Amino acid sequence: MANTQGTTGLRGWIDERFPLTQLWREHLGEYFAPPNFNFFYIFGVLSLVVLINQLLTGLWLTMNYKPAADLAFGSVESIMRDVRWGWLIRYMHSTGASAFFIVVYLHMFRALLYGSYKKPRELVWLVGMLIFLCLMAESFFGYLLPWGQMSYWGAQVIISLFGAIPGIGDDLTLWIRGDYVVSDATLNRFFALHVMAIPIALLGLVVAHVIALHHVGSNNPEGVEIKKYTDEKGKPLDGIPFHPYYTVKDIVGIIVFLFFAAFVIFFWPDGGGYFLEHPNFEPADPLRTPPHIAPVWYFTPYYAILRAIPDKLLGVIAMGGSIVLLFFLPWLDRCPVKSIRYRGASWKVALTLFAIAFLILGYCGSQPPNTTLTMLSRIFAVVYFGFFLLMPFYTSIEKTKPVPDRVGHQTVVIHGAGESKSAVAFGEVDKARMQSQ
Amino acid sequence: MNTLIITLLCLLPSLTLASEVGYPLDKAPVDVADQASLQRGAKYFVNYCMGCHSLQYERYNRMGRDLGLSDEQVRKNLMFNSDAKVGETMKIGMPPKDAKKWFGAAPPDLSVIARSRGSDYLYTYLRTFYLDPKRPWGVNNAAFPAVGMPHVLWELQGWQEPVYKAAGEGEGGGGGKEEINGFKVVKAGSMTPPEFDAAMADLVNFLTYVSEPMKLERQRIGVWVLAFLVLAFAVFYPLKKEYWKDVH
Repeated sequence: MANTQGTTGLRGWIDERFPLTQLWREHLGEYFAPPNFNFFYIFGVLSLVVLINQLLTGLWLTMNYKPAADLAFGSVESIMRDVRWGWLIRYMHSTGASAFFIVVYLHMFRALLYGSYKKPRELVWLVGMLIFLCLMAESFFGYLLPWGQMSYWGAQVIISLFGAIPGIGDDLTLWIRGDYVVSDATLNRFFALHVMAIPIALLGLVVAHVIALHHVGSNNPEGVEIKKYTDEKGKPLDGIPFHPYYTVKDIVGIIVFLFFAAFVIFFWPDGGGYFLEHPNFEPADPLRTPPHIAPVWYFTPYYAILRAIPDKLLGVIAMGGSIVLLFFLPWLDRCPVKSIRYRGASWKVALTLFAIAFLILGYCGSQPPNTTLTMLSRIFAVVYFGFFLLMPFYTSIEKTKPVPDRVGHQTVVIHGAGESKSAVAFGEVDKARMQSQ
Repeated sequence: MNTLIITLLCLLPSLTLASEVGYPLDKAPVDVADQASLQRGAKYFVNYCMGCHSLQYERYNRMGRDLGLSDEQVRKNLMFNSDAKVGETMKIGMPPKDAKKWFGAAPPDLSVIARSRGSDYLYTYLRTFYLDPKRPWGVNNAAFPAVGMPHVLWELQGWQEPVYKAAGEGEGGGGGKEEINGFKVVKAGSMTPPEFDAAMADLVNFLTYVSEPMKLERQRIGVWVLAFLVLAFAVFYPLKKEYWKDVH
């Protein structure tokens, strides 16, 4: 029989036909995770929470939104006023967009802190980068839909960047817009891409991301591999099952996150003009350019890099490069030590400078340009690129500290058993509980 | 790593500093919970603004409900178009094409103007029309230079002239451009300046309400949502502690 799980009844019937119990074991019940996850490890599950929020609120927004140039702006206001709970759904979606980037940036920063992109997790990182690209595309397409002034002119500026490509530039922008300017045709196709194409790609990539992660196992703040020491059944000695340990822990993390998210949704939905930009409450006017066009806050670091370079084509290449370089991180970093806890001073300094550069570039990109800001953008664009391009050099001469063999001295006390047992006991108890074979 | 986080946190305040230029804005005393003020604001709006400016996303009856007025009261006091139904949105009869010919630009719909320009801007704008014979309507505005709108509220405010800063006092001199420092009334209106300020505060308050009519509702619900999450934390945190007792 196809049922190798020893289950009976309805579950047995299903297991003969679909690997339900096997999936549960591999990804939750017997997915062994290091016990020392810290604050930074909540952002993976939080991005999943935000993704689900975006999909559900997006579905309901779609029921009332009208993707037509003369109706779009009004339909959003109608959602805000006439649709029952429409304002809540819309604020959850608009706040979710910013929250998505906050949690994903922190999730990526975690990978930098603890070397989660390194062998054997290169594919986890690469798939994650593809998710990040999709996320940027998704938010770019979605940002046009309210059809406000900033929606319109932001899209106009970003699409025009493709015009810098020699030879095919003009034809390419025309093909993207479907018109000579951003228009009804553009809005319609952006709507299709926003609600169909990109979400499907995102979901597929998220599944691949999790499968790849669960195949190699989670990294941890110590940067040691728990799979190095396993019992005779191949279970990591220092691992604890994801369920129930991390499910109960993540629920607490999710509640804390929801508290902050709810605070923004109910008391600060504009996010000080960063989450919902003030000029976007004016309907799009193709004949009137706003005095200052800035992308939403999560794109401003790359926008600052674009503006820092006087030549348009070089600026576009640099902006693209600032994202592309992230893909090569697993190979640019030559240091065998994963966690920042045991890495040398040079890496700590480089990562600090990079984080500062990212924040300052983000600030510069959100402001109207002036000479001081342009100079600042140039300096920190050099720091940004320096972090990646010099990485092979400063990481190969890095003075690292000795890395412990195992995660702390973790042992697992079986509750009520009155004595301390090693993690090996866990598998046995688990097995006994399932009353298998 | 902790030093790294602290360094990053120290950088945050610098991100929130934004530079503003132009005429300094006065703070609008907005309180959308003050129904009496909103009712007065609605009265000014339909009497002085709605000839040219619509509120095409706000419905008469919704406004009435939020302002504590019955449909009958709204119909009698705030609706001047006898054909309109109380469930309709607050549209106007002026064709945008003609409006553009008359004013240079069609007067914008004001449903969300308080969200795009800000209440302080509106409060300042409404109070800083001044006589300027160079402009087609004989008036200009400190917050909105070369404004296309006439001074509709002149019979309330009267007419005022600008008082300029002494030469050299303004930063940079601005190439002969004088900086407005204040105003003096040259012909009094039916209201004293403090009365006019209070009336404009009511009008701005009303526009702020219209820009987000669900604001009070969302804050009221928000308190319950946050309270629920605190309660959920109080339940799930001990649960987590209980499970994690096993892990050392």
